[in-house]
Amino acid sequence: MEMIDKSKKTFSVKSFFLRWEVLLLLIFIVYNIIIIFTTPYYLDINNIFDMTFIFTEKGLVALIMAFIIITGNVDLSVASIMGLSSVAMAASYQAGVNIWAAFLIGLLIGTSAGFLNGMIITRLSLPAIIITLATYSFYRGIAYVILGNEAVSGFTKKFSYIGQGYIGNSPVPFPLIIFLIIAVISIIILHRTTFGRMVYAIGLNEKAAFASGIPIKKIKLLLFTLSGFMSGFAGMIITSRIGNTRPNIATGFELEIITIVILGGVMITGGVGNMWGVFISIVLISTIRYGLGFHNVPGQIMLVVTGGLLISSILINNFLKTFVSNRVLKR
Amino acid sequence: MAENILELKNISKQFPGVLALDGVDFDLKEGEVHALVGENGAGKSTLVKIITGIYKSTEGNIIYKGKEIEWANPLESVMEGIAAIYQEPTIFPDLNVAENIFMGHHKFNKYTRKIRWKELYDKTRELMKNLNPNIKPKDRIIGLSLAERQLVEIAKALSMEAKIIIMDEPTSALSISESEELFSIIENLKQDGKAILFISHRLEDVFVVADRVTVFRDGKLIGTKDIKDVTNESLIEMMVGRKVKDLFPKIDVKQGKEVLRIENLSKKGNFKNVSFSLHEGEILGFYGLVGAGRTEVAKAIFGMDLADSGKIFIRGKEKKIRNPDQAIEMGLAYVPENRDEEGIILDTDITTNISLPILESVSNFGWLDKNAEIKTANKYSEMLEVKASGLDQKVMNLSGGNKQKVSLAKWLASKSKILLFDEPTKGIDVGAKAAVHKFISELASKGFAILMISSELPEIMGMSDNILVMHEGLVTNYFKKGEATREKILQSAISDKK
Amino acid sequence: MAKKDNNFKKTDTGNSSSLMLKFAGFREMGIFVFLIILVIVISIRSPVFLTFENIYDIGLDTAILAIIAVGEMMVIITRGIDISVGTGLGLSGMVVALILAENWWIPPWLAILMGIAVGAILGSFNGLLIVKGKIPPIIATLGTMSVFRGITFIINFQVAGGQWVSAHNLSDSFKAFARSTFLKIPNLILIAIIIYIIFYYFLNHTVTGRQIYAVGSSPESAKVIGINIDKITFLPYLFTGMLFGMGGVLWVSRYTAAQTDSGTGFEFTVITAVVVGGVAIAGGSGSIFGILLGSIIIGVINNAVHLIRVSPFWKLAIYGFIILLAVIVDKAISRRINKALLERRKI
Repeated sequence: MEMIDKSKKTFSVKSFFLRWEVLLLLIFIVYNIIIIFTTPYYLDINNIFDMTFIFTEKGLVALIMAFIIITGNVDLSVASIMGLSSVAMAASYQAGVNIWAAFLIGLLIGTSAGFLNGMIITRLSLPAIIITLATYSFYRGIAYVILGNEAVSGFTKKFSYIGQGYIGNSPVPFPLIIFLIIAVISIIILHRTTFGRMVYAIGLNEKAAFASGIPIKKIKLLLFTLSGFMSGFAGMIITSRIGNTRPNIATGFELEIITIVILGGVMITGGVGNMWGVFISIVLISTIRYGLGFHNVPGQIMLVVTGGLLISSILINNFLKTFVSNRVLKR
Repeated sequence: MAENILELKNISKQFPGVLALDGVDFDLKEGEVHALVGENGAGKSTLVKIITGIYKSTEGNIIYKGKEIEWANPLESVMEGIAAIYQEPTIFPDLNVAENIFMGHHKFNKYTRKIRWKELYDKTRELMKNLNPNIKPKDRIIGLSLAERQLVEIAKALSMEAKIIIMDEPTSALSISESEELFSIIENLKQDGKAILFISHRLEDVFVVADRVTVFRDGKLIGTKDIKDVTNESLIEMMVGRKVKDLFPKIDVKQGKEVLRIENLSKKGNFKNVSFSLHEGEILGFYGLVGAGRTEVAKAIFGMDLADSGKIFIRGKEKKIRNPDQAIEMGLAYVPENRDEEGIILDTDITTNISLPILESVSNFGWLDKNAEIKTANKYSEMLEVKASGLDQKVMNLSGGNKQKVSLAKWLASKSKILLFDEPTKGIDVGAKAAVHKFISELASKGFAILMISSELPEIMGMSDNILVMHEGLVTNYFKKGEATREKILQSAISDKK
Repeated sequence: MAKKDNNFKKTDTGNSSSLMLKFAGFREMGIFVFLIILVIVISIRSPVFLTFENIYDIGLDTAILAIIAVGEMMVIITRGIDISVGTGLGLSGMVVALILAENWWIPPWLAILMGIAVGAILGSFNGLLIVKGKIPPIIATLGTMSVFRGITFIINFQVAGGQWVSAHNLSDSFKAFARSTFLKIPNLILIAIIIYIIFYYFLNHTVTGRQIYAVGSSPESAKVIGINIDKITFLPYLFTGMLFGMGGVLWVSRYTAAQTDSGTGFEFTVITAVVVGGVAIAGGSGSIFGILLGSIIIGVINNAVHLIRVSPFWKLAIYGFIILLAVIVDKAISRRINKALLERRKI
């Protein structure tokens, strides 16, 4: 016992710097210092606010994805749900439905898609990864069935406010505010409530959580449904921002969203992670995109960057873990 | 006199915070069955793991076939003829019998690298001929019973020409007839000159099968005796190291109202028509061999694995319990047997573990009150004398006894008055055991109703008011206070008669 | 935990529970029956379906899928998954195609070897991340999936200025390779057959092949026995890489083009074929025959979608639905089997 005690005390300062969020923050600062000095107009306030347009959709879904990954599950179907709900909304609008009713239909379709995921996973005790891999294709497939190769555009002006509007005359985008509100709520729920505690418990030891009376199936079902809802909402934002939609809208977003969460220090095996880390990670990935955009780096390079970040963040995380545990053992 | 095939000299093994083995001298002869006995955590399994090379000893020498050796990895010991058969057979459920026997040392053609299947199947058939000819080489493991799987493991040991065969609790999940089959096989192996290390909790088995017996306690070797020089009582005393009375500080309590009644609870393949009732202040001992179905009954009551039929009455009212959440609501608590998997969350701190079932009472409308949480955790961990560097210590760094205390503490913090304890002292040392017993006894005196599942007869006899015995999924007997004797209980637990 | 029998004899062979147990060993049978029903239904709807030309087309279209499914199956048997096969195929195909475009003298067999080599590098990269980097397979290959796609684009951009490799950039012998025949069998199908024979032998008759099953069936037991788990986990990723590398080159030959988006979504088709072929996603079991049937089923459905004139946009949804169905049916079967096992006890 004494041994463990000692290592704890001497470690407190170092362990602060070994904390993932702190490391991320350092990376963020260093990257930004470099990019600020090499890029004119980087610090332009309007540019910075406008940059947030590209991350709010993914950021919103990433917040819920963090909860799901902390429970030890994953939702691979989020981007397909974004696509499906966007297409459902557009198709209803095209069929003459009022734009806001179509908006609600989009949300409803997204929520139902998430609910269906959750039902299959919890009722049949099947692994989320394989079920959402199936619905990843299923939902996207339905989007194609609905619209084929068509694109739908020409939504009303009011609808475009959701994805492109600003608050009053300020340079602050409307979606940014929505994102910040939900981010704060997520941080509070995960770190300050019994629900958050249960989410961690499920990820750390599902059996023990179950035996302690935690309604694991209800929580999982709720989270997957929420994920569907938020993906649907993100689908609405992106449709509004771009002003049109196709069945392939938001393709590949699931990769970036999962990357954001993992990069934020959430362990893919569940039970470990921090909403602050996810938040910093969202901002970090967006500034990287934003910065590279100034240097005319093509979008496909971002594929390599995101994939590389995903892999290297886990490698570094694993390395740090063995490093720390070796140090503890040696003492 | 037979040769010593294995000698251990002054073996010690230090784990962080625990001295698991302390200066052990031990020897094993060719053609003998040597039993290892001792309480859980006494050091038997650590010793086995050192012999097989899974652990390296901190100190001491191993002399095998007259030469000092040091295993680089577990495989080396296997190749040199030391085979271990664990409680849960290490087996590949998707493969067939022959492949399970030869996996790791397949016979194959050097040039084409093609496995010589015919040779494999012939050899398997030959090995199985003496063990159980009904097991065919091409049978898939998935369709075999546990006893049959053990035989496959034995065949595997024989196929590698093992000199030493270590059996860790081989009979714990077998029926009587299966055990007898196993004993005759062990006898044959002995005749062939194999040395057999036989680890068991069932002293009855030890007297049937062993030539010598070695007793462990708290990491020390207490003594090695010829089986004819010991009696049941003297063995127990060596194992426990104190008078049995001190270990079981049972307080006499007057029993109150009936709080739990079970009627005809059945679950296909697990248990059938289980009925009993439990009262305030009562400790109902629940005895049976491993696999008799006691844990399944407890889990069915607690809503973890639902029963097919039957009724559960709580304080006289019939209740439907579909999950642990509802069970807790109705005042039940369950301390599971496999603590590290179901009882506690290893990878988090003591506070989080204790507050898990009572999150509602340390929060306001879902908002976690961390002060209240710490206060509660502190109160109950002090009450149970959990030894730790602080409440924020991770549970995985605690000793077995302290882990168990955390696993108990979390339920005391709840309002549950009906406690289902499943092997509450499994895997903890004698000191902690006495503490847990004292605690359970005090709980009963405060009016808690306790169902205590245990596979240790002394514990059942020392702690219980009344005793329920189960065999092969059926309740075979119920003893009122004072009616039970060792022999009667055992008889009900092992009888194949229904 | 405590499954036991009162006597040593395997009890009662006639009743439904033991039938269920027997069925566990004949999963392929069920898949085969499904295929037959599928074929009957489609041929009623479309008489063209069972013509020689059409079957020939199905064979050509299924060959590459079937080849890569072998690798994916091995990965899944060891409890992993590789979702980088689609973009890996695209990258290997692109690399080789760019070389071929400048070197028309290269014979097709050498091109295939080059593809295998490129794929081996990509596959080893996956394997190393998973074995040495201890990254969960799904995440590691999710990462490399996009890295491979990005690199495909970069290479194409650097070498050819973003121009895709198309038919007029490739030599005639290479373009003809996939379709030309040997003993009246198209090369593409012939290669698939050879691959299946090799891996049938490897998985069923060699020590390493059996160890792949052992590791997937019970990693803990495999460790106790002393199987080199790192090696056995690594190999399937390497083989998968080699197979998708080969598949990439064959793809270029079959479709006479290499595009930066070749193979997009193909990982999904492969996994669907494997799961439909009865390979348990939890690892430990799966057979060469099963995935052959699984690949043919996917090929048949693909073909039927065109024949019956269903909009091709249905394909993705159908795949998703089939994989859901396969997983759910598999779960139902294994539940029945477990129940049947328990019912052997007389309680």
